[in-house]
Amino acid sequence: MSVTAKTTINIAREEISDSSRGYWREVFQRLRRDPVAMACGTLILLLLAAVIFAPWIGLQDPVTGSMIQRLKPVGTPGHVLGTDELGRDMLSRLVYGGRLTLMLGLLPVLFALVIGTALGVFAGYAGGIFNTVIMRVVDVFFAFPSILLAIAISGALGAGIVNSLVSLTIVFIPPITRVAESVTASVRSLEYVDAARISGAGPLTVVRVHVLGNVLSPIFVYATSLTSVSMILAAGLSFLGLGVRPPEPEWGLMLNTLRTAIYIDPLIAALPGVMIFLTSLCLNLLSDGLRSAMNVKD
Amino acid sequence: MGENLVEISGLNVRFSGARVVHAVNDLELSLRAGEVLTILGESGSGKSVTLKALLRLLPEKRTSISGSMKVDGIDVTGLKGRALADYRGKTVSMIFQEPALALDPVYTIGDQIAEAVRCHTGASRAQAMDVALDMLKRVRIPSAEQRLRNYPHEMSGGMRQRAMIALALACQPRLLLADEPTTALDATVQIQVLLLLRELQKEYGMSIIFVTHDIGVAVEISDRIAVMYAGSIVEEGSAAEIIRDPRHPYTRGLLAANLHDAERGSRLEAIPGSPPPLATVPDHCSFAPRCPHVKPACLEALPPVFRPGPRRRVACVLGERPFATARPAPLHEPAQ
Amino acid sequence: MTDQQGTDLNASPDRGGPAQPLVIARSLKRYFPIRKGLIGRRKGAVQAVDDVSFTVRKGETLGIVGESGCGKSTTARLLVGLTDIDSGDLIFDGDKLGATLTHKELWAGVQMVFQDSYASLNPRMTIEDTIAFGPKMRGVAPQQAHAAARDLLARVGLAPERFAARYPHELSGGQRQRVNIARALAMRPRLIILDEAVSALDKSVEAQVLNLLADLKAEFGLTYVFISHDLNVVRFISDRIMVMYLGEVVEIGPVESLWKKRAHPYTAALFAAMPSMDPDNRTEVPPLTGDPPNPINPPTGCRFHTRCRFAEEVCATMKPAARPVGGEAAHMAACHMLDPQSGHTMAGARGQEMADG
Repeated sequence: MSVTAKTTINIAREEISDSSRGYWREVFQRLRRDPVAMACGTLILLLLAAVIFAPWIGLQDPVTGSMIQRLKPVGTPGHVLGTDELGRDMLSRLVYGGRLTLMLGLLPVLFALVIGTALGVFAGYAGGIFNTVIMRVVDVFFAFPSILLAIAISGALGAGIVNSLVSLTIVFIPPITRVAESVTASVRSLEYVDAARISGAGPLTVVRVHVLGNVLSPIFVYATSLTSVSMILAAGLSFLGLGVRPPEPEWGLMLNTLRTAIYIDPLIAALPGVMIFLTSLCLNLLSDGLRSAMNVKD
Repeated sequence: MGENLVEISGLNVRFSGARVVHAVNDLELSLRAGEVLTILGESGSGKSVTLKALLRLLPEKRTSISGSMKVDGIDVTGLKGRALADYRGKTVSMIFQEPALALDPVYTIGDQIAEAVRCHTGASRAQAMDVALDMLKRVRIPSAEQRLRNYPHEMSGGMRQRAMIALALACQPRLLLADEPTTALDATVQIQVLLLLRELQKEYGMSIIFVTHDIGVAVEISDRIAVMYAGSIVEEGSAAEIIRDPRHPYTRGLLAANLHDAERGSRLEAIPGSPPPLATVPDHCSFAPRCPHVKPACLEALPPVFRPGPRRRVACVLGERPFATARPAPLHEPAQ
Repeated sequence: MTDQQGTDLNASPDRGGPAQPLVIARSLKRYFPIRKGLIGRRKGAVQAVDDVSFTVRKGETLGIVGESGCGKSTTARLLVGLTDIDSGDLIFDGDKLGATLTHKELWAGVQMVFQDSYASLNPRMTIEDTIAFGPKMRGVAPQQAHAAARDLLARVGLAPERFAARYPHELSGGQRQRVNIARALAMRPRLIILDEAVSALDKSVEAQVLNLLADLKAEFGLTYVFISHDLNVVRFISDRIMVMYLGEVVEIGPVESLWKKRAHPYTAALFAAMPSMDPDNRTEVPPLTGDPPNPINPPTGCRFHTRCRFAEEVCATMKPAARPVGGEAAHMAACHMLDPQSGHTMAGARGQEMADG
């Protein structure tokens, strides 16, 4: 089947469009035609907006509650999503909790993206001994499951938000380095890099002009798919008491403290989990959509 | 009718999707048993699509096919399930340009051939292995017993192509479809595979439809040549007729571009431009925009089809008589 | 023409005069190590180019032919300095690379056009930017570099107003290869290496590009090294032909002479493997059996002896030296049959045959 598909593409490629568009515009156009990616993107944007503007949208205090109002079910007047085991408003806690959870999902990946891309592009372009050293170190990190690595580093550094950020960043540097190294190595072997070299450009210029532009999008797509993992790991760390500490709301931590309520009101106990699930699903689907939209030439 | 093994008429293949591509347009083609026909054309001419349509390999969702295709009396367009599976392999088989992609990397060559034999004949495992061994010997693979246990990646390019031919011929099909099977091979290996195919064709008495872009290869392998351009056959005839009396300007352009007898350092009579995008059904001669002999009539309607001889046709207003400045037949340069 | 407009680089000057070869390659050698294991221990080497010597004269087209693994592409990359030379000298117009010539200086005189027209263009750059990139790296002002790029686009047959802002995937294969040629030309080289530059194109488009190459050669006074597996194309475009087999030169000579006397059995086989183009006189016997051997462990002595029908004991033990064919110094071949002292039983007869023509 793939042979056939290739034939049709070859035919299609011979057609020449008269208008030429920039790469990113084309990616965006294609993304817009993907309903799943668009729906997921909208949901993520809504969530981000709610989280950012949480103090101004008339939510109740997420930290103080009333013991009389403990574990009210979903749909209680005044508490649309019920209350938790200490009588705090669930809606408010979920929104405020999203602040920390999303931050712990996005920031480590962002940091790791910068560091891992730099390491990987260097290893992939320079090759030789540099490549061997960097990639063998990366391999050592790969020997541990990521959750175990995160727990170990967090445990060593102690609980806390900053330490969670650091440990998660360290966890994500190796996979991003590895992806960056492999795409850079494959771009490095393409002839337009050779052509740039024989035009007398130095290695830094070649990397900046000809390599980065062509490796960033696959690395970026991969990183998008890591944000959901990061979020789940952050929640896991908090669940284990290694991340955010009570009474700060955070989805993983909420899941932990609501554990005891599971026999009284399973729906309430499941709500943070539902949020984690929905958000990571949306992030993954968005990442898939980006991947196919970025494949402009195919 | 009865003498023709392959009978294609009015075949249209259209791909839908982001862009509509009219890959094959109103194609007529017939082939007698025991004949070797080459479809000669460039990329995007629809030659490979035609082969895949014959084997029903085109993705059904994005393709609409109309017209009739009959092979050995079987109506190919209506085949389903078991009948289709039997048709593929027993009646028709195919070899590809890249044997490395067409062979399964996780099974040995012997297992793959034996599996094909068992699938179509119900032979026992041992019998099927015997057939596989026999096939490897027939395609002149040295030390066939050991090669039977080799995986595709353990073989050289030429050996893999031979193994794929063995696999394709294991069930003795009446028709072999060959999609540029020698294009990826080195020159000295290509000629070996071409000669092997010619021998096997005689031995089995099968027909071959061979697709290539290389006129030289077409002359080496085929009895008849059909030249395809933009989804239609523009000229068809025996190999000698096409080489010695090319009447369609496109055929003549292809022959000149082969450079076989081009004078060194002379200016080549290149066909200008590139093939049309095939976004619409052609309503005039598709080659007209590139043709050095274009007339107003060429741009108004589809060209007439002249039949200057038995089983010979030219779809061009100039096709009635030989080209005025037809060159003498190219002479074979003696190897000193 | 571009000089007068003052918009472009100047080609590096001719220093040694017309008689001095533009390129002298002396005993070039390049082995690619095969590494295995955790720390990459060396486990043998692909002998891609082994002791290859030849010259490229000013203004000529040297064709290089051979099958896969013969080292023709590695030779191309050695000539343009993209692959480092293990041993041997590369002398460009009198200056030795690494001694009196830096890589940057070499690239001012030598450029290359690659086979894969798509992979040799940056997919994120418009073709105008691609062509202007090299001159800008050499210090040409951006405005001038872009003006020159548009001139060159017009020169290779792509109207700048329609094509300059396009991306590579918006062009056909033939158009992309024209862009690659313009990109090489923008550097004002004296030598262009064309590595299978027309092989991936359709035949009708290939003829257009060959015409363009001939025009450009005359207009810019270029020298070409033209690498291809298609003997018809090489014969058409070249002044001299070099035949390679498993990393070595087996025969080199002027086209007419080589076409008449194929002194090395491999050259003869390669030519005989060409389709005959005569339906009544088709090839009946394959000139060679089997595939070319692996260049990792090439045969001893004459590397062709494992497939040669004239092979004798001496061929497996002794490497033949290049000798003139038929007393013509411009036409050399490395075969024991040309050397009366080699001990090959056919040495005298074959050598005489070649001398008689």
